[in-house]
Amino acid sequence: MRTSWVNLLAAAVAAPMLPGLIAKTKAAVAGRQGPPVLQLYYDLIKLLRKGAVYSRTTTVFFSAGPVVSMAAILAAALFVPLAGTASVLSFDGDIILFAYLFGLARFFTVTAALDTGSSFEGMGAAREATFALFAELALFVNLVGLAKATGTFSLSGLSGRAAESLGLASPGALVLTCLSFFVVALAENCRVPVDDPNTHLELTMVHEVMVLDHSGPDLAFILYGAALKLTLTLSILAHLLFPMDLGSPVKESAFFLSVLAALSIAVGLVESSMARLRLLRVPRLLMAACVLAVFAVALQW
Amino acid sequence: MVGRLVELVLVAVVLADLFVLASPPLAACIRAVALQGMALGLIPLLLHRDGWSAHTFLIAFGMIALKGFLIPGMLFKALREAPLHREEEPLVGFSLSLILGGGLIALAVALAGKLPLPVGVKGSLLVPAALATVMMGCLVIVTRVKAMSQVLGFLMLENGILAFGLTLSRELPVLVETGVLMDVFVGVFIMAVVIRHIQLEFGSMNTRKLTALKE
Amino acid sequence: MSLLLLVLIPAVFAVAAFALNDNERRPWLIPTGAAVHAALTTFLLRFDPGPALGGALALDAQGRIVLGLLSVLFFGSSVYAVGYLKVHPERDNRTFTACLLAFLAATSLASLSQHFGLLWVAVEATTLSAAPLLYFKHNARSLEATWKYLVIGSVGIALALLGTFFLATAETAGGPVTDVLLFPAMLARGGSLSVPWLRIAVVFLIVGYGTKMGVAPLHTWKPDAYGEAPGIVGAMLAGGVTTVAFTAILRVRAVINAAGEGAMADHTLLAIGIFSMLVAALFLLVTRDFKRMLAYSSVEHMGILSIGAALGGAGLWAALFHVWNNSLTKGALFLSAGNIRRAAGARTVDEVAGMAIRTPVSARIFVTGLLAVTACPPFGPFFSELRIVRTAFATGHAAVAAGFLGCLLFAFFGLTRLVFAIVDGRPRPAARATGPRLRETAGTVLPPLALLGASLWLGLATPSVLQETWTAAVQALLPTP
Repeated sequence: MRTSWVNLLAAAVAAPMLPGLIAKTKAAVAGRQGPPVLQLYYDLIKLLRKGAVYSRTTTVFFSAGPVVSMAAILAAALFVPLAGTASVLSFDGDIILFAYLFGLARFFTVTAALDTGSSFEGMGAAREATFALFAELALFVNLVGLAKATGTFSLSGLSGRAAESLGLASPGALVLTCLSFFVVALAENCRVPVDDPNTHLELTMVHEVMVLDHSGPDLAFILYGAALKLTLTLSILAHLLFPMDLGSPVKESAFFLSVLAALSIAVGLVESSMARLRLLRVPRLLMAACVLAVFAVALQW
Repeated sequence: MVGRLVELVLVAVVLADLFVLASPPLAACIRAVALQGMALGLIPLLLHRDGWSAHTFLIAFGMIALKGFLIPGMLFKALREAPLHREEEPLVGFSLSLILGGGLIALAVALAGKLPLPVGVKGSLLVPAALATVMMGCLVIVTRVKAMSQVLGFLMLENGILAFGLTLSRELPVLVETGVLMDVFVGVFIMAVVIRHIQLEFGSMNTRKLTALKE
Repeated sequence: MSLLLLVLIPAVFAVAAFALNDNERRPWLIPTGAAVHAALTTFLLRFDPGPALGGALALDAQGRIVLGLLSVLFFGSSVYAVGYLKVHPERDNRTFTACLLAFLAATSLASLSQHFGLLWVAVEATTLSAAPLLYFKHNARSLEATWKYLVIGSVGIALALLGTFFLATAETAGGPVTDVLLFPAMLARGGSLSVPWLRIAVVFLIVGYGTKMGVAPLHTWKPDAYGEAPGIVGAMLAGGVTTVAFTAILRVRAVINAAGEGAMADHTLLAIGIFSMLVAALFLLVTRDFKRMLAYSSVEHMGILSIGAALGGAGLWAALFHVWNNSLTKGALFLSAGNIRRAAGARTVDEVAGMAIRTPVSARIFVTGLLAVTACPPFGPFFSELRIVRTAFATGHAAVAAGFLGCLLFAFFGLTRLVFAIVDGRPRPAARATGPRLRETAGTVLPPLALLGASLWLGLATPSVLQETWTAAVQALLPTP
């Protein structure tokens, strides 16, 4: 139990490093030096010291958005096994709670964007909600596949057992689930090819446009929440890819961290090698992820 | 271990189907079907690792050469004269075909579970993948309007059937297997020639222009 | 190995035709090849040479029926081919000649195949070699017909291949066996076949070979292909491909009967038979194109064959009889229709009339052929169809017999309506414009006349050797305990 808390704390502290790593990879591929890996920490500290500005047209929903969504993601973190140890909390069915905590976070982000009354942010919110429709479906099918493989409706089944049983029962299912989950992770975290976190061209923005009006600590919460979400999804993927029972906690942690770093670099490479898809194509990509997940589930039947 | 390799190859075969269902550019689809054919050619080698015979090599080599190189080569040649290399306005949209593809995969797995399969094949992915490929090939033939897409659908259908035939590769004489491959080759050759003539005659590969013959 | 020669000789002639660089003399290779093939066939039918290729090729009773028929039909048509190609000296006939000879090789292989896999290869080769023949006119309409023929035919035959693999699985599902897919071996081990697999296999095989045969609702390629094909190719498709596909279905039916599940195949064949006749009768009342008319008539006769095959031993005998009648009569009709079409320069009743004046001999053959194909006595089709009706009554299928006769009546209306419209009256201006080049010649008139004569002969005095072979084939396919 204690190791679980320690791991969770460590993950919470280390989370802002992953976006930094992705940015560094992209810079390296493009031949630039890029911002330091720890840049997000500096940004967060700077933002937390600033005051927030609220438009007079906004209501409590606007200020609640960042706080609730970060809280929801922090709550979701309680259910994710990290570095091979069991999660802090777990019960049969927590998979559904986990998915809906992500959904809750998104709901409040979207509500806050709509609350500004800006048609521009409304557009971003509409896109986010549309993509979420497909991404959540794929996420759920993947989770059903996981539940089938681990024999429990809990994410804690992933710690140790899942990778092994998935891998042994059907390598095809493992490959398909990982592919599909990778696409879902990219979509959930607003990365290329679904969304471009670096874009400042208004017509193409999805997630970024929704948070334009937030400032100061609110923006810090949003940025930190995004980093933590990335960490959580990538660590689920890491557990899918590799069995994490190496014996000693130290070895496991080191291995886990290096897998996370490798996955971040992979995300960075994907972002460097392809452009964002046209908006109409995004649903097709997520649909493909969903079909792959269905295939994986079918294989295990 | 061998079983797991075969399974990965079969997953690739089904992924090629899904790719053709979801993507409009014809050249990419031809490549996907070519890769699918080559993947199928590997299966006899993986399946009979305990005793490779001349028969195994002949079939594997024939399939890889034919489906991986000769047939795609002919199709690319036919494509060169077409100005628009994309499938357009299919009867069923790309995203919807993809969803249907997912449904067909589930159906194929369910069907294969119900059938009384021979002992060696039971539980392997070979039969579900074959059935899914057959059904998705039919889907492509029925819903796409470009002549080239229909040929690709036919090749997928044929690939699925041959994948099923691989379960029987010990029982079928070489003569029959070579004959089947020859027929597929000649059939696609004739189709490629006809596509070129359609292209020249109608200025497009769109089969919706073929409406002169009716009562 | 002499059986293999039946396939190899036409194939060698096909290669020679492809290699020969003389557009004028090349067509003579067709009758030469056909004559050699016919002579060899006669010899082999007299002196049974025994199986070849490890039993995959053999000349059983059913094979003798088909091979003999194909030889007669092809030889008759091959003489016509020379006359036909002489009318079109401007077209390059290299592919046409080679494919026609390859077609003969493929049909011979199909009639000899005892192995279901080899049978599939042969039937597919038959249809593939016919595709370039359809496109001989090189215009937009023949292109459309060829494409539809290729796509529908290829999908159909692919399903038949899947059915063949299912059939093999029906054998191996219980454990490893030898001689998989060999027809005699399958008949012998009928009881030990896996019934679920067998049922799926039969469905796929009937759909697949049914597409080649052109039974409704799998007939949609037929009017287009027959309508656009040169007359001789129509004769080959309607008399050759359909026959080969039908006998493939008969073999499948024999296997499922040996497994004790014959009733299922019978019901399927009966249903598609009645449906084909109905569809054909309705379309015959509608169509205005006399070559498409022949296609629908072919659909109707495929329905008749299916019904006959579904009615047990006596019906099967009548169906085998009808195979001969249908092929010979259709051959005569297609060849004479080709002459009329060429002289008229058009194909619909709106444009064609008075052909009795323009092409007197062909028009007479066409009208007489019409009487034969609508089962007027004393032509062969009358007797075979009469037998089918009597068998239907005798086996308690009175409703089937009634539907059968009703469809025949409507088909008769439809056919006579068109045929007399194009034969009677005054020639249209379009036909007068087509000059003397398209006058009838002995080469284009005698072959249909000979085929029609053969059909008449079958009706007046069915040779006893044929009757005995039909009886032997029925005994082999449906052994009566």
